[in-house]
Amino acid sequence: MAILDNDGNRILAKYYDKNVFPTSKEQKTFEKNLFNKTHRANAEIIMLDGLTCVYRSNVDLFFYVMGSSHENELILMSVLNCLYDSVSQILRKNVEKKAVLDSLDIVMLAMDEICDGGIILDADASSVVQRVALRTDDIPLGEQTVAQVLQSAKEQLKWSLLK
Amino acid sequence: MNSFISRNSTSSCKPTRGGNPFQNLEKTTVLQEARTFNDTPVNPRKCAHILTKILYLLNQGEQLGTMEATETFFAMTKLFQSRDVVLRRLVYLGIKELSSLAEDVIIVTSSLTKDMTGKEDLYRAAAIRALCTITDGGMLAAIERYMKQAIVDRSPAVSSAALVSSLHLTNVSGDVARRWANEAQEALNSNNVMVQYHALGVLYQARKADKHAVIKLVAKLMRTSPKSPYAACMLIRMACKLLDEVDKGDELLGFIESCLRHKSEMVVYEAAHALINLGRSCTKEITPAISVLQLFCGSQKPALRFAAVRTLNKVAMSHPTAVTACNLDLENLITDSNRSIATLAITTLLKTGAESSVDRLMKQIATFVSEISDEFKVVVVQAIRALCQKYPRKHAVLMNFLSAMLRDEGGLEYKAAIADTIIAVMEVNAEAKEAGLAHLCEFIEDCEHNSLAVRILHLLGQEGPTSKQPSRYIRFIYNRVILESASVRAAAVTALARFAAACPPLLPNVLVLLSRCQLDSDDEVRDRAAYYCAILQQQNEPTILPLVQPPLLSVPSLERALRNYMQTPMDEPFDISQIPPAQTVEEPTQVEVHTTVKQQPRLTREESFMEKLSQIPHLTMIIRDSSLLKSSPVFELTESETEYNVKCIKHTFTEFLILQFDCVNTLSDQLLEDVRVAVEPPEGYTIVCEVPCPRLPYNELGTTYTVLRYPEDVHASVATIPTTLRFMARDCDPATGVPDADQGYNDEYMLEDLEITLADQVRGIGNRGVDFNAAWEAAGAKGFNKLEETFALGSSVTSLEGAIQSLTGFLGLDAVERTNRVQSGAAAHNLLLSGIFRGGKEVLARARLALSDNQVTMQLTVLCQDPDVAELIISSVG
Repeated sequence: MAILDNDGNRILAKYYDKNVFPTSKEQKTFEKNLFNKTHRANAEIIMLDGLTCVYRSNVDLFFYVMGSSHENELILMSVLNCLYDSVSQILRKNVEKKAVLDSLDIVMLAMDEICDGGIILDADASSVVQRVALRTDDIPLGEQTVAQVLQSAKEQLKWSLLK
Repeated sequence: MNSFISRNSTSSCKPTRGGNPFQNLEKTTVLQEARTFNDTPVNPRKCAHILTKILYLLNQGEQLGTMEATETFFAMTKLFQSRDVVLRRLVYLGIKELSSLAEDVIIVTSSLTKDMTGKEDLYRAAAIRALCTITDGGMLAAIERYMKQAIVDRSPAVSSAALVSSLHLTNVSGDVARRWANEAQEALNSNNVMVQYHALGVLYQARKADKHAVIKLVAKLMRTSPKSPYAACMLIRMACKLLDEVDKGDELLGFIESCLRHKSEMVVYEAAHALINLGRSCTKEITPAISVLQLFCGSQKPALRFAAVRTLNKVAMSHPTAVTACNLDLENLITDSNRSIATLAITTLLKTGAESSVDRLMKQIATFVSEISDEFKVVVVQAIRALCQKYPRKHAVLMNFLSAMLRDEGGLEYKAAIADTIIAVMEVNAEAKEAGLAHLCEFIEDCEHNSLAVRILHLLGQEGPTSKQPSRYIRFIYNRVILESASVRAAAVTALARFAAACPPLLPNVLVLLSRCQLDSDDEVRDRAAYYCAILQQQNEPTILPLVQPPLLSVPSLERALRNYMQTPMDEPFDISQIPPAQTVEEPTQVEVHTTVKQQPRLTREESFMEKLSQIPHLTMIIRDSSLLKSSPVFELTESETEYNVKCIKHTFTEFLILQFDCVNTLSDQLLEDVRVAVEPPEGYTIVCEVPCPRLPYNELGTTYTVLRYPEDVHASVATIPTTLRFMARDCDPATGVPDADQGYNDEYMLEDLEITLADQVRGIGNRGVDFNAAWEAAGAKGFNKLEETFALGSSVTSLEGAIQSLTGFLGLDAVERTNRVQSGAAAHNLLLSGIFRGGKEVLARARLALSDNQVTMQLTVLCQDPDVAELIISSVG
């Protein structure tokens, strides 16, 4: 499972089979390769290096799910859809690189909820989102202590001065 | 930018212009920051952010040392104080990531166990999964009770997590799944689809060793048909596995077929795929699957179309007719925007299509062949190869297409596939030879792959001299000598020498070229040139051809024979004909797409037997001074389902015949001892020794040997030997295999008769590239005995191919110069055979076959230095 940006760089990736691409170098070459093959044509599915890869892109993000060539393509597709939909819900339909990086923690948790050690844990986006306990960013003021609010205000001021 | 800052207000990392706050992270800085974890009270936002950074680094492939990992891990444990949900979840993630790197990870067990049994559902599922990654065999017992509870928990998340974790735990301790099977059984009845799927996984893991339990499990679920599509897919896979193992399974088959009507596409596809991949399925079974796939071909979703076409492509290999129904749908897919789908569609069509559509299809492929990846190009090439075999008349179109592909860019694998195809086409189709050679010549003009160039040069050397105009290839080959690297130059020199040897008119010119090569900078090239110059200048007879193209001998055998020869006084010249030829590895005809199977360089069958035989002390005396001529195919002396199973392999040496009996005892309550196969030697044969098998437990392979000496008179060597299995049987406990205390009893078991045939004593030498006519004349000159007779072959043989097959099988001789291939529609054929009778006696035979009214008449001429052998061969045909 991988999310790449529009230059083919890895944002998040998780490989569950240690026999396929054991080192991160091999993983990255594979990702580059995959990206080069897929970024032009939006064709949803491709076979590469003996793996079946299904993919989907949005703005500047590419979502991939890879499986062995014997795997049922539709199962892979269901995982991909789940991944995409969960991320989309987490980011409130705002699926782009910056948003993913801003909520990287939640996206990581979502990936963890979808697949655990190579076994599909859940393929229903709404239940994944529910399980990662989406942090509602609008109410943190109430939760934060006064000191924290003050500190964040201070920091904001500092940054705007620095600019 | 402002909004960005506000979100990461507490972060100390400076945002970069690209907007990726994680871009320029330094491992050491981040690990420094991890000290913040120790602050009290914990600042959840800040810590969550730092933890995210650590996880991001790990995800990018950053390596942490054990020390660093352990330190971070311990810092992380402090975060359990915070109650922030996201932070806690990130901690779990961190534990999982670091568990393999850090030491003493079990320290968090108690914290995790607490979370896992706590009230917060959000924690519990994730805690279970984290806990299981840090659990080792010793700790398993401590958490077992909690796990069992978790499996049957009401919350599907918890239950799923526990089930999946127990699957992972089977790596730690094999019987986990079995111990928790009862709980999993309960979970199987859950309403949640995922829990059902995971429970099925655990149950299968628990029972997979026991076939009957799996059958029961599958049978039970088949009736209720699981709600979860994943579980259904898994069930189909289990059913398929069972179908492969057991003989009958109509119910299983029925279930898979019923899945074709499932409401989830995933399951439908899985079922169709399963039906098609089932080894024994026949057309009747796959037809419904194919009609389902046909529907998928028209689907909106590319993945579905891809899946369908890929599967159809596979079926097309085995059942092309069944796929013909989909041809129309497949043709629509040729223009698909997804190139992978289009390629698969075309190759499928190529396999199923009619001869008339070939031209059109080729044109369509040509339009997009440059856009697809190498892997798919290879698929296309393979399809073309199959096509060439099917429609030899179309070779001109296909050949042109291939040569165009050969000129395009591409990797070695792709180019090699094309070259292979061209060579294969040339082999089956004599008309295509000239064109093929011309294409290949052109290709090596600018071929950047040395290995391929060497292969093509070798081929040119072999095939070029027999073409209509050999001289035209000389220029291509000599160009290589000037332009290429050393290995290619050496190959080119050899090819040149072959031309000179085979075409005397070219000899003077080639000699000039070769003498220039003697000035080459590379040793190997110079050596070869000098060697060929020397022999080519010395004499000009057809007999020098074998010197120019050395036969492909099997190196280990040659080494052994030479070593033996060194120990003799070396009075007589070394006999090279004793050495078996190297085994040419037969190419598998249907190469699975995208799997590159690396063929190990392996010994020939004879050599591996020789190794095995020479390890048996009683036999070393016999086989030390002679080499194994031939090992016969396996011959069954019993029916396959009897109490004892005996197979025989006959190893022929110059004077001895070693019978290898492979015995299997299929009775679980018996232990056999001192097992031997008693043979009644027919007239002329004498038994030299017997090597019994001391113990033969249930279901294990034991081997016993009997050594016979061949009779002096070769006519007597073809015989039938009655055999009996003799052994001491002892009853034993079927479960443990420990025999009862009492003495066993002697028993015997009648086996079928063993036949020693002519073919056992003859080794064919077909692939040595012998010039048959030259050898035939040379043999006549050497005073070989010639016998000739005419036969009318029996009514069982109705075609020339059949006659050739039975004749080569019967005589043990191999066809040379590809005379085993009959021109289609021919009424007469000349079959040339050659081989060696035991004792190094060369045998040449020519069979003139004529077909009339489904009756084959044969005139067989045999040449052999030993008159008796020639007579034996003739008489055994009659």
